[in-house]
Amino acid sequence: MIHWIIAPVVMPALVAPFIVLAARYHIGIQRVLSLAGVVALIAVAAGLAWQASDGTVTLYQLGDWAAPFGIVIVGDALSTMMVLLTSVLALFALLYAIGSGWDARGRHFHALFQFQLMGICGAFLTGDLFNLFVFFEVLLIASYGLMIHSGGNVRLRAGVQYVLFNLLGSTLFLFALGAIYAETGTLNMADLAQRATLISEEATVGLRIAAVLLLLVFAIKAAIVPLHFWLPSSYAEAPAPVAALFAIMTKVGAYAIIRVYTMIFPPDLEATSGLFGIWLLPAALISLALGMVGVLAARKLDRLIAFSVIGSMGMVMVSTALFTPVGIAAALYYTIHSTLAAATLFLISDLVRTGRGSLRLKPMPPIAGASLTAGMFFAAAIAMTGLPPLSGFIGKLLILDAGFSSPLAVWVWATILISSLISVVGFARAGSIVFWKARSVAPEEGGEPPAAPTPLSYLAVGGLLALLVAYTVFAGKAHGYMTMISKQLFAPDAYISTVLDTPGKLSKPKTEEK
Amino acid sequence: MEFLIASAIGMLTAAGLYLVLRLRTFPVILGISLLTYAVNVFLFTSGRITIGAPPILRDGVSTYTDPLPQALVLTAIVISFGMTAVVVMIALGAYLGSNDDHVDDQTHEPDEPKTEEPS
Repeated sequence: MIHWIIAPVVMPALVAPFIVLAARYHIGIQRVLSLAGVVALIAVAAGLAWQASDGTVTLYQLGDWAAPFGIVIVGDALSTMMVLLTSVLALFALLYAIGSGWDARGRHFHALFQFQLMGICGAFLTGDLFNLFVFFEVLLIASYGLMIHSGGNVRLRAGVQYVLFNLLGSTLFLFALGAIYAETGTLNMADLAQRATLISEEATVGLRIAAVLLLLVFAIKAAIVPLHFWLPSSYAEAPAPVAALFAIMTKVGAYAIIRVYTMIFPPDLEATSGLFGIWLLPAALISLALGMVGVLAARKLDRLIAFSVIGSMGMVMVSTALFTPVGIAAALYYTIHSTLAAATLFLISDLVRTGRGSLRLKPMPPIAGASLTAGMFFAAAIAMTGLPPLSGFIGKLLILDAGFSSPLAVWVWATILISSLISVVGFARAGSIVFWKARSVAPEEGGEPPAAPTPLSYLAVGGLLALLVAYTVFAGKAHGYMTMISKQLFAPDAYISTVLDTPGKLSKPKTEEK
Repeated sequence: MEFLIASAIGMLTAAGLYLVLRLRTFPVILGISLLTYAVNVFLFTSGRITIGAPPILRDGVSTYTDPLPQALVLTAIVISFGMTAVVVMIALGAYLGSNDDHVDDQTHEPDEPKTEEPS
C-alpha cells in the first residue's frame, strides 16, 4: 500500500480530535485511545523504516499533484528512522505519563500529545520547506499546551518565554522562506536542490542570506549557542513526560539542518560553502562546552539535565558541522543515543521529585525507592556523559574519529574530551548529593512517608534504559545503518529524481498534451 | 512602489525588533505582531510586485500575479493570528498568577514555591 507513508501524520491527527470529542471526561478511555494510537504509530513507522532500509525513497503526492506544484511527503531512510524513534520515545513518555498520573493533572494531555506527534512526524516526512514550517507550527502549538500542562506560576512564566522565543523563530523562518522563494521561485526541497546550483555566483546574495537565516531558525530549534536561551527553563519546568518527548524536538532542528544542508545547500555549493566550517562548528563546540559547564553549575536536577541536553546537541552539531559522510553517520548515531538518554534522565528526575518534593541539589532525607532510582540515574548518567560501556561512549568515539580529519581537529578533540570530564564531575556530584548524602540526613519525625513512584513509571524508565543497552549491544549494526543513510544523504539524486520525475497531475505542460 | 513597500517592511521590522527587546510581555507581544505584519508583507512581495493582474493563470492571460505567495501569506496570517492569541492567554495567566509580567528569568530563585505542585 502506497498510502502508509502519510499515516504517521494522519493517524495522530484523527486520534487527537476523537479524544477531545468522544472521551473528554474519561481519562481511562483517553489513555487507551492514546496508547493504541502510539502503538499503531510504532507499527506503521517500523514498516516504513523496513521499507526504506534498502534505500528506496517513497513518495506520496497529496491530491496526485506532481511535485513542484503539489505537496509531497517523502520517506527515505533518514526520515523513516526519525519517525520510528519518535514513536518509540512517545510510547515510553506516554507510559510514564499514565503511570505517574501526570496526564490527569490537567485537561487534554492526550489530545495535545497526539497533535505533537503529528507535528513531529510531519516535520520529518515533508518534502517541502513551507510544509516544514507548517509542521513546525503544529508541533509548537501542541508543545505550548503540553509545556504549561497542569499550570503553576513558575511553569507559566517559563511557558511565556518559550512561546515568545519560538514565535520569533517562526517569524525568522518565514523571512527565510520568502527570501528563498524570491530567489528561486520554488519551495520544494528537491526542486530547490536543482535550482540552487543554477544561480550564477554573482547573483547568490539573496540565496546566501536565506541560507544563513534558515540555519539560524534550525539552530534555534536545535538550541545551539547563542540561540539556546529558551531551552533550560522550558525543559526544566515542563512536566517530565513532556520534557522526555521534547528530547526529540531539538533533534527536529538537527534533522532539518542535515536534510536541508546536504540536499539544497550541499557543502560543495559555491554560494554557501564555508557556512559550517566557519560558523556552525565553532558555535557547536561552544554549545558543547557551555552545556557541560551548565551541568556542573546547575543547582537543580532538572536544570542540570536541560543543560546536558544543550551539551549533547552541541555534540551532535559538532559532528554534523564536519559535513563528511563519516561525520553525519556519527551524528545520526549520537542523535538517537542522546534522545533516549535525555528522555530517560528527565523521567528519572521526576521519579526523584515524586519522593523528594524538590529537585534542589542539597542533601534531603532518603526517598522511597531510592536504590532503584539511584541505580537508574547511575546508568542514565553513564550513558549521557559518554562513559563506557553504554552507547554514549561509542557515539563519542565515532565523533572523535570523524573529527580527526577536520582542520579544527585539535579543538574538536579538546572540547569533547574536556567537556566530557566536566559533565562526569557534574553528574557525579548531583548523584552523590541526591542519593548518597541522603543517608546522612535524618528523616523528619512524624512526617508522612513520601509517596513511592508507581511500578508503571519504573517500567517506562526501565524500558528506555533497556533500549539504550540494546542500542549499545547492536551498535555495529546501527552504525552500519547510519553509514548507509549518510551515503544516501550525500547522493541525493535518487531522492530528487523520485520527487520530480514521478508523474502526477500537471506533470506535463498543457501545450505538450494538445 | 518598490521603495514604499521595502521601507514599510523595514520600518515594521525595526519597530518590532525594538519592542521585542523590551522586558515586559505587552510590548514584546506587540513587537511580535509588528514583526508578523512585516513578514506577511515580505512574503507577499516575494513573488514580485505586479499591479492589477489576476493571480490565476488562464489561457490568453499574459501578465499575472504569482498566486503561491498569496496562499503562503494566508497560511502565515492564520498561524500568526492564532499564535498571538495563545501567547496573550499564556502571558495573561502568568501575569495574574505571579503579579509580574517580566519575560526574563527571575534573578532570585523562588523559594520552593508551592505553585510548582499542581493544585
